[in-house]
Amino acid sequence: MIKKIFFICTLLLGGGAAFLQTIQQPRIAAGKKVYTKNCLACHQANGAGVPGLNPPLIKTDWVLGEKKRLINVVLNGLDDAIEVNGEEYENPMPALEYLSDQDIADVLTYVRNAFGNKASFIEPSEVKAIRKKK
Amino acid sequence: MNRIYGLALLMMPILAMASDSGEINKNKIKEAAEQVIQVKEGFNATTLVAAAGRNRHIVVAPDGDLFIKLDRLRNGKGILQMRRAESSGKYELVDSFGNYVGTGIAIRQGYLYASSDDAVYRYALDKKGNVDQKDNPQRIVQGLWSRRQHASKSIALDYAGNIYVNIGAPSNACQVKDRTKDSPGMDPCPILDSAGGIWKFRVDQSDQSYPEGKRYATGLRNVVGLDWNEEVKALYVMQHGRDMLSSLFPDEFSDSLSAELPAEEMFRIEAGKDYGWPYCYYDPIQNKKVLAPEYGGDGEKVGRCALKEHPLVAFPGHWGPNAMLFYTGNQFPERYKNGVFVAFHGSWNRAPFRQAGYNVMFVPMKDGKPVGEYELFAEGFTGKEYIMSTGDALYRPCGLAQTPDGSLLVSDSREGRVWQIRFGDKK
Repeated sequence: MIKKIFFICTLLLGGGAAFLQTIQQPRIAAGKKVYTKNCLACHQANGAGVPGLNPPLIKTDWVLGEKKRLINVVLNGLDDAIEVNGEEYENPMPALEYLSDQDIADVLTYVRNAFGNKASFIEPSEVKAIRKKK
Repeated sequence: MNRIYGLALLMMPILAMASDSGEINKNKIKEAAEQVIQVKEGFNATTLVAAAGRNRHIVVAPDGDLFIKLDRLRNGKGILQMRRAESSGKYELVDSFGNYVGTGIAIRQGYLYASSDDAVYRYALDKKGNVDQKDNPQRIVQGLWSRRQHASKSIALDYAGNIYVNIGAPSNACQVKDRTKDSPGMDPCPILDSAGGIWKFRVDQSDQSYPEGKRYATGLRNVVGLDWNEEVKALYVMQHGRDMLSSLFPDEFSDSLSAELPAEEMFRIEAGKDYGWPYCYYDPIQNKKVLAPEYGGDGEKVGRCALKEHPLVAFPGHWGPNAMLFYTGNQFPERYKNGVFVAFHGSWNRAPFRQAGYNVMFVPMKDGKPVGEYELFAEGFTGKEYIMSTGDALYRPCGLAQTPDGSLLVSDSREGRVWQIRFGDKK
């Protein structure tokens, strides 16, 4: 009996991880759609940006680091002189606050897990909390 | 023009892929490996400089020395002086100076001129063509707007003691909030008082700024490529047209239309004229100057744009014209004389479609007017059949210069290459 319960638990756990994976993939796919429509023109299809103009989204702390800062960039835009991986970029980032919490969470989840990046997912509730504080 | 020679050797692993677009002439491969780029039939290209730095504009002195302006300091210096080595024929670094980055560099009547993003300096050249007082140039212009976007200052000189300086607008379309959806265009656009045009200064006075200069032309969003045409005594410029029509107005403009709009416009400048930015842009499909959507435009309405100057030549959208040069040499065939070369840095705002530009075009001209369509002169700078993302380009044309013997030089901003293009078979 105990063996049987153990077996079922294992099955549930293993299946749970796989299940999580499959429900997460659609979020990346949804994020890619948001990216293509709202971000790709500047940050480019490969996420590498445009030298001197639009910063890359690859292997940078701005994308992979603190979620709050990243969410704020999308909600409020960014028009300061910043360095990304030792380079400066001219163009301002427009505020995209008209995107829904879900869209912003999806697109940031996508950029944190595309172009060779790997970082935790961002939930709509996290975007909502930061949007409220504004 | 043979598109694939350079590609083939450069991209050995994808040779098979490349070869389906034509037969590879093996005799040409070695040559192509060195030059990567392909030039118009009858001409040949060689690499003169392999990796100078972040090259912007270039100029050649009467004695043949090449000066390169850098966008990033190299060993603390922003200007490189290179000389042809007798033995190899390649250019070697002989000196570097100027502790500032920037784009503009020019030589006129015994002086070298170079710009930072907010000032212009000049250096006297001695009889041997060497730079006097490298560490103590005369600052002739200072205090120009430098607000990150479109901050580079391109320069051109006439023969009457005037220098023309581009002051690019730090903006895409003069919206209240730059590049932001639903933000209206400011009307009148206050940027135009201090930028978005060409300013004229004297070459021999120190520390001139807005009060001493003259706004020579307005309504030019950003000019990187410009040149003085002495044949007709006029300044010609290439404007970088606006970006993001479909991103900002998705209901009015499709991505495919936005990739083609607006044209990159070539103008012959007349003192005091208005070339349209930010209120207007040129639509190369309808062949008309139309009202920008930030100012009530719908892609067809003309309105106040009827009064703005029209382009002499309209190149495809977003190609990024970064250099312009009127050919005055004797080496190229007669039809090139007094015609103009334009180097295109290559697009980014054509995404999600293939990027374009990354080439050198030629427009035949007579008496300062085009006498034919623009034609492809050099291409293959990306090193690939096509690219979707700007960062995938191997090289990006950014500067042009003419040597005393009439060769054309092309500089690259990515790796710092400089090519020499000569007429005739390779020596």
